Amino acid sequence: MHEVSIMSEALRIAVDAAKSAGASRIVKLRLRIGKLSGVVPEALQFAFDVVAHGTMAEGATLEIETVPAAGWCATCQAEFDCVDLFNECPRCHNFSGELRRGRELEIADTEIS
Amino acid sequence: MCQECGCGSGGGDVKIGPPPHQHDHHHGPGHPEHGHAHTPAHGILTLNLNRSLMEKNALAAERNRRLFRAKKLLVLNVVSSPGSGKTTFIRETAASLTGKLRVGVIVGDLATDNDAARLRTAGIPVVQITTGTVCHLDADMVAKAASQLNLDQLDVLVIENVGNLVCPADYDLGEDLRVVLLSTTEGEDKPLKYPPMFHSAHVAVITKCDMAAAAGFNRDWALANLNRVSHHAKIFELSAKIGDGMKGWLDFLGERAATTQHK
Ligand SMILES: Nc1nc2c(ncn2[C@@H]2O[C@H](COP(=O)(O)OP(=O)(O)OP(=O)(O)O)[C@@H](O)[C@H]2O)c(=O)[nH]1
Ligand SMILES: [Mg+2]
Ligand SMILES: [Zn+2]
Ligand SMILES: [Zn+2]
Repeated sequence: MHEVSIMSEALRIAVDAAKSAGASRIVKLRLRIGKLSGVVPEALQFAFDVVAHGTMAEGATLEIETVPAAGWCATCQAEFDCVDLFNECPRCHNFSGELRRGRELEIADTEIS
Repeated sequence: MCQECGCGSGGGDVKIGPPPHQHDHHHGPGHPEHGHAHTPAHGILTLNLNRSLMEKNALAAERNRRLFRAKKLLVLNVVSSPGSGKTTFIRETAASLTGKLRVGVIVGDLATDNDAARLRTAGIPVVQITTGTVCHLDADMVAKAASQLNLDQLDVLVIENVGNLVCPADYDLGEDLRVVLLSTTEGEDKPLKYPPMFHSAHVAVITKCDMAAAAGFNRDWALANLNRVSHHAKIFELSAKIGDGMKGWLDFLGERAATTQHK
């Protein structure tokens, strides 16, 4: 997985925002990662330690919020819980490959000082 | 990316400001009474960002798409496991189109330029991207590589992605068609194991069909898996090596290239 590219992008966004706010340090970074994004949280932590080294975010806490996956049934016009990308709608038992949530790769916020 | 899924995550404005906080606190002696707004938790401030980490690539992909459209180019992003036959398939496709459509290739490779050399000897304009440790191509790399080709002299641009069914799934390159290969020698359940890649494909090609019998390939099972996971894709079965089934694919490509040129 491309955890390093993802983490560098998160850091870039946070550092830009922190600098515009006149901060000297980033103390926390919060990411929102979908359960089915394919990204491994432990690998993100490792990648973070690598990319944050020598930056204003060195030593910051990385917090990862996992977003559960929800599928969308076009027949029932309703959402349902998913364990993987392809799930049966519990109401009509049709298969749906359409996810509403669960593939997120987002930065939620950052704490600065 | 899938249009129906609504899976693209949205951006958002950078909102700067401390979150609302309520606390009772005591200041040290000598501190005057006051009503004040201050940053919570000893000078720590929260900046709400709410931005997609794929946004930078998405913007670069849109720039590529605009350029490709202006040049009336049909662009393919060819993905598969290592060794499923991407280079062979691209070389045979380009060779068969000689005199009909002008094909250029961008090839991504972790370490070598063997694939680029194989394509070049077939007389195809090729630009090589050596990705090193990066396991996928991104839209910026493609933009740089494309600038080394004379796009005005091309009708079709084929991008051979790094052999990997995981990471390339998340990176839009600005292509018109994402083409995923599944070879008869690698296991019929690949679509189930790598659903994001197979689901995002516009075209799914079963390759090495000449090897099917020797590999004990279960065609019905593979097709069932593709129909389930790659439900947006048009499916082709062929052998790039001996040419069987190539015609259906080439006709499809020809039609798509014609549509692109008349847009
Ligand atoms: N029998 C048979 N062999 C094929 C076919 N297509 C490719 N091959 C062979 O499969 C091997 C790998 O093919 P490539 O075209 O290099 O595969 P690739 O996907 O480009 O490989 P990477 O770039 O390393 O991921 C080579 O030995 C090819 O000759 C085919 O249709 N039939
Ligand atoms: Mg190759
Ligand atoms: Zn339903
Ligand atoms: Zn879909």
